[in-house]
Amino acid sequence: MATKKNNTLKLKFESARSYAPAPESRSAATINERYELFINGKFDKPQGKKYFDSINPATEEKLSSIAEAGAADVDRAVKAARNAYDTTWKKMPGKERGKYIFRIARMMQERARELAVVETLDGGKPIRESRDFDVPTAANHFFYYAGWADKLEYAFPAKKPQSLGVAGQIVPWNFPLLMAAWKIAPALATGNTVVLKPAENTSLTALRLAEIIQEADLPPGVVNIITGAGATGAALVNHPDVNKIAFTGSTEVGKIIARSIAGTNKKATLELGGKAANIIFDDAPLDQAVEGVVNGIFFNQGHVCCAGSRLYVQESVYKEVLRKLKDRLETLIVGDPMDKNTDIGAINSKEQLNNINKYLKIGQQEGAEMYQSSVPIPAKGFYCRPTIFTNVAQSSRISQEEIFGPVLTIQTFRTEDEVIEKANNSPYGLSAGVWTDKGSKIFNLTTKLRAGVVWANTYNQFDPASPFGGYKESGYGREGGLHGLAPYLNLS
Amino acid sequence: MATAAKKNSVKPLARQDENGIPPKRLEVLKTYKIYIGGKFPRTESGRYYKAINKDGGVLANLCLSSRKDFRDAVIASRTAFGDWSTRAAFNRGQVLYRIAEMLESRKAQFIHELILQDIPASAAETEVLLSIDRLIYYAGWCDKFQQIFSTVNPVASSHFNFSVPEPTGVVSIIAPEENSLLGLVSAMSAAIAGGNTCIILASYSKPLCAVSLAEVLNSSDVPGGVVNVLTGKASDLIPYFADHMDVNAIVICDRGADVTRLVQEKAAINLKRVTIYDQINWLSDDGQSPYFIMDLQEVKTTWHPIENIGGSAPGY
Repeated sequence: MATKKNNTLKLKFESARSYAPAPESRSAATINERYELFINGKFDKPQGKKYFDSINPATEEKLSSIAEAGAADVDRAVKAARNAYDTTWKKMPGKERGKYIFRIARMMQERARELAVVETLDGGKPIRESRDFDVPTAANHFFYYAGWADKLEYAFPAKKPQSLGVAGQIVPWNFPLLMAAWKIAPALATGNTVVLKPAENTSLTALRLAEIIQEADLPPGVVNIITGAGATGAALVNHPDVNKIAFTGSTEVGKIIARSIAGTNKKATLELGGKAANIIFDDAPLDQAVEGVVNGIFFNQGHVCCAGSRLYVQESVYKEVLRKLKDRLETLIVGDPMDKNTDIGAINSKEQLNNINKYLKIGQQEGAEMYQSSVPIPAKGFYCRPTIFTNVAQSSRISQEEIFGPVLTIQTFRTEDEVIEKANNSPYGLSAGVWTDKGSKIFNLTTKLRAGVVWANTYNQFDPASPFGGYKESGYGREGGLHGLAPYLNLS
Repeated sequence: MATAAKKNSVKPLARQDENGIPPKRLEVLKTYKIYIGGKFPRTESGRYYKAINKDGGVLANLCLSSRKDFRDAVIASRTAFGDWSTRAAFNRGQVLYRIAEMLESRKAQFIHELILQDIPASAAETEVLLSIDRLIYYAGWCDKFQQIFSTVNPVASSHFNFSVPEPTGVVSIIAPEENSLLGLVSAMSAAIAGGNTCIILASYSKPLCAVSLAEVLNSSDVPGGVVNVLTGKASDLIPYFADHMDVNAIVICDRGADVTRLVQEKAAINLKRVTIYDQINWLSDDGQSPYFIMDLQEVKTTWHPIENIGGSAPGY
């Protein structure tokens, strides 16, 4: 702690952390012992009769057994989707399609608490976040796109939009329900049918969504949800009767998908990794900026593809920002995700924790200085203290590679041109942040940063009406807003 | 270098009549060179091929561009991108218009070159005139497509949020073999109208107009490096066009399933955006639209908080 000479008030962390526990009740949701595949409107056993465990990363307890879809199951799901496309969904007037999607949104809102509890138990994210962000934003996404279903021709001047057919969709484990909504809602609104595969660590809320879809009386086969790991995803990507692939995940897998669909007519949307620069100028409101940096990197344990993982601070305010940041770090509560006081929950899986720890080692070996808050973490479960690295080089692996955890690197800069150069010096280009009180500087930066989403004096904001997606190796295509319709349509 | 074509040259490079008597005035032949960074170098490979018409007449010696030429062109393109992409859209429109002016004033040369390359006279004229008009068409779009494809997004939180198209970056373009001028002009115009810079591989069998177009570009206030033109063998060069790490997008025109697949596989190395133009009738209105510009654009979304003081409603 490098706070020797400062006369400002210091927060008393001991008292800040001693909140009484405020746990959310598990009884808001029941979790079955076993979950099957959702194909053609029914929950069905996998043909290979294989199941895998889903555990709670906060406690390492087993939550449920999940069906593993093999190639034959993938084929059944695609056939069901094709049949539903040909017989009902393609022909249905947009306004009727829209009403189904509205219905799904409403039912998600009705079951919001249950969904939030399941999301937190399954994925380890703080209940506050599941409750206030993931679940409502997911429902809103359906509500937003429902309204587009009968208005598509207004979105594309001089073109006739037409649906593609069957969309194969693969979503990651960081925002399981929200990503499923980002995928399914626009696909349905544009008249496509869906086969969705959630990540193997976090299948439960997608399967809840399957129940909702069943309850909403969506025609059988319009949405199919099949669970499994990478092999299931590969079978879906390579299925010859799929017209569209939508994938959110790592850049590495995104490239494999791009290669494997080469030479086919499959369209693709790829939402991949990121290593966002978050830039603080000396004229920024520093307290707000520090809040934004904390939200930018520690939101969802840093399991966010657009996380602001590279902090650039103008030299003249570096010391002050660093002190404020370290102070703020001490107040973050790490622990039981079901506790409403928790700021940072459990790391999603053991593998991911190992991966983060690997980078903590690399950072130190590369000569960077590591600082972690002194917060206690539970003995059981997968946890990582919020971590910052100073004395980081632009070429360091920890400032070039995506860590996907609560790990922030800090570098300094002097001029605008310098920080633009440094920020853009990355194969990624998903998002960026700028903090300054000067409007012209904001627009200079937001214009020159090569990233799909730029937050100025804010960070990690999301909305169904707002397009999201990357430049460069962060992938292609947009999700959300009007621009999120195009990847699911042929324009003739 | 340009003395290669003697016996079998028909009209194009005829230097003597049937009796071997030289003309009164010897025609000065043009050396067809490549165009990189606003300059006309020869290929660093030192290799060449002969452009031949259907009667076997040699039209000219053309550069067989190499991987090194392509890499040099990428550097020139990347260097030019910063300036070109941040110019006022209005200014880009004026530059495209200027290209059309220059092409108009030299249309006879282009028609002549197309005829030399076996295009019937009337079709040659049509192609050149349409090429000029296409430049005008895209000149007009430079400062308008953003208005069509941008959105202000009504987010639920207290933020101002908008999305605008921005150029993808450096684009490699494999121009079509046929419509060697119009196809190239169409793909190029859409790319640079949107603020991208590009490296174009010209038609192998009909390369003359591409090189002459480079000369037009050179006198049209198009900054060096914004458009680079290479001639050579597609099979040699396409893999490099597709897998260079500093190229952001690739456009391929009418290259068939195998080449398309190869390009898509190689482009995955840095997730290049791949745009395929197969069987587009460049001669019709289907060969032009702002959607061609959008094929080489990224959509950027910007957020900023709106201060909501005391929740006050706006007055009149």
